[in-house]
Amino acid sequence: MQAAHRLGFLLLVTPLLLWLGLLIIIPHIDMFLVSLRERVGVGEYATSLANYRSFIEEPLYLMTFARTAVMSVMATALTLLIGFPVAYYIAKMARGRVRSALFLLCLVPFWVSELVRTFGWMILLRETGLFSSVLQWAGLADAPVEMLYNDAAIMVGLVYTSMLFMVVPLITTLDSLDDAVIEAGYDLGGSGPSILREIVIPHAMPGIVSGSIVVFMLSLGNYLTPIMLGGKDSLWFTELIYSQFIVRFNWELGAAFGFMLLILSSVIVWGTLRVTGQTLEKTMG
Amino acid sequence: MTQPDLACTHLTKRFGDTTAVDDVSFEVPPGSFFSILGPSGCGKTTIMRMIAGFLAPSDGDIRIKGRSVLDVAPNKRPVNMVFQHLALFPMMNIADNIGYGLRRKGLPKPEITHKVGEVLERIGLPDIGTRRVEELSGGQKQRVAIARCMVLEPDVLLLDEPLGALDLKLREHMKIELKALQAAFDTTFVYITHDQSEALVMSDTVAVMNAGRFEQMGAARDLYYRPETAFVAGFVGDSNRWRGRVESVDGDALRLRSDSGLALLGSRHGRALSDGTTADIYVRPEAIRLGHSPEEVAHFDNRLSGTVTSLLFNGAASRILMRPIEGSEEIEVALPQSGEFAHLERGSDVHVGWSSDQGNCFAAEAG
Repeated sequence: MQAAHRLGFLLLVTPLLLWLGLLIIIPHIDMFLVSLRERVGVGEYATSLANYRSFIEEPLYLMTFARTAVMSVMATALTLLIGFPVAYYIAKMARGRVRSALFLLCLVPFWVSELVRTFGWMILLRETGLFSSVLQWAGLADAPVEMLYNDAAIMVGLVYTSMLFMVVPLITTLDSLDDAVIEAGYDLGGSGPSILREIVIPHAMPGIVSGSIVVFMLSLGNYLTPIMLGGKDSLWFTELIYSQFIVRFNWELGAAFGFMLLILSSVIVWGTLRVTGQTLEKTMG
Repeated sequence: MTQPDLACTHLTKRFGDTTAVDDVSFEVPPGSFFSILGPSGCGKTTIMRMIAGFLAPSDGDIRIKGRSVLDVAPNKRPVNMVFQHLALFPMMNIADNIGYGLRRKGLPKPEITHKVGEVLERIGLPDIGTRRVEELSGGQKQRVAIARCMVLEPDVLLLDEPLGALDLKLREHMKIELKALQAAFDTTFVYITHDQSEALVMSDTVAVMNAGRFEQMGAARDLYYRPETAFVAGFVGDSNRWRGRVESVDGDALRLRSDSGLALLGSRHGRALSDGTTADIYVRPEAIRLGHSPEEVAHFDNRLSGTVTSLLFNGAASRILMRPIEGSEEIEVALPQSGEFAHLERGSDVHVGWSSDQGNCFAAEAG
């Protein structure tokens, strides 16, 4: 009996361990080792921190790094700002069929691949695209307007791509807020903004934090959207990693960059949890 | 004549084709405990939500201390509500929960602290201010929910079946405590419930509600002993019910032949019932006297003999079911706890009797 129990547990846990070990832990250890190598000659390597040093000493790398972090935080904040009312409406105001329909509408864009979705934005925003044509037709612009290849376009793409990952945890937490609690707030003299601040947001905090973490990670690690909507000069950190690995065959520096990205995201997530007083168990459980 | 704290006139609420509340009028004098008693879906919650301001009436008026509140938003009305599941704010501690309304009024901090301390003292839980909501027991939460409203000194406190979630023992205890709190705060309570014992024990006035209308409004004792409608007779307390034809009417007294063939004497208490109409007669189990011999019940004008078919032991509220020789339906009779019927068992011969005055007759409803 005990043995059968143990066997069942092992069978269940093995895929997880394989997944974690083979795809995450071993590659990361290997990448860490690669990042500590310095090429001193053809086929000759020495262990050093040279890659990390060049990351710190080269302003372009640091600026790109900081820019990616700031833009990702902004994209997360923007997604939260847009997603919260949407989630509140779906969770608390919509009823029955309308509710499922709205939820489905949030989900539908994710049935097509990210590539196609991004191309959709390019069709809308490019010089000969829909927005440009409408502006010219309405007389608001007298020449074609290029709306692609700038930071705003990147932001639009990032927010659009991550919306679902913000809305779903928000709906889940807002759904668990008893309507009577909101009514009690009104009954005791609360106004809309004060109820939002003192009752709804504190209750939704785990959802807000978990949604923000996911969106932030997705934005930080996004490659496709910044490259396609921001163009070659979008200066997204993942692009730097890509070019080190693929274009310049400098795996050592690329690995160091990869590690810096991992550290950055971990630090920011940890900091957010600390500041908001949430724990990982509470937000993910 | 003092002005009523709460007065509703011709209050009506329609949802599409259904009328949830149908032309209800009542007044609640200051400092009294008013209950609305009715089965679920009778419209009592709708009335309460209209008073609190969460629903707008389709017709009629609600006045609080003489002033119509129809155009006053719920957060500005001088009424507060204790919700069915209490709706304490789980994200705040007890003191913040109680202080919420005061903070919204913009009171200075020291005054809020003082008032919160005072009301916690009054509900007998002085040291729980810093605790979290989930650390409290059911009864404590109940008291905190009331304190959270009372600290705002509302003109009327609405209570929406607040005892529903408690276990039986605590519920019995809270009934007494609620009544005591109402006396201590000297505030008008409007209480809605489907539990008749809650309404009967606590209230000064009870309104029995059915299908959107008030069937009867009065003191608990009047509702119980002098129900005005068949619904009240059936809903409040237990009753034996026979349906039959009225054979003769003499003043208030009447004679009815039940469908099962029993000849019963009852009273119509001023209701219109004439010979030949179909009527229901309601007799309370505790209005029926149990006897070992026919002589013991000889002074009653309704007498039946039969055998015990079941004993329903329930402590002080024990009953027996007996089947009369002449009829087929079983009759529920209260079992006196004085000991003389302690040896009663299934199959024993018993004799029962009751006064015709205790048999409330109503015209049978169609169907």
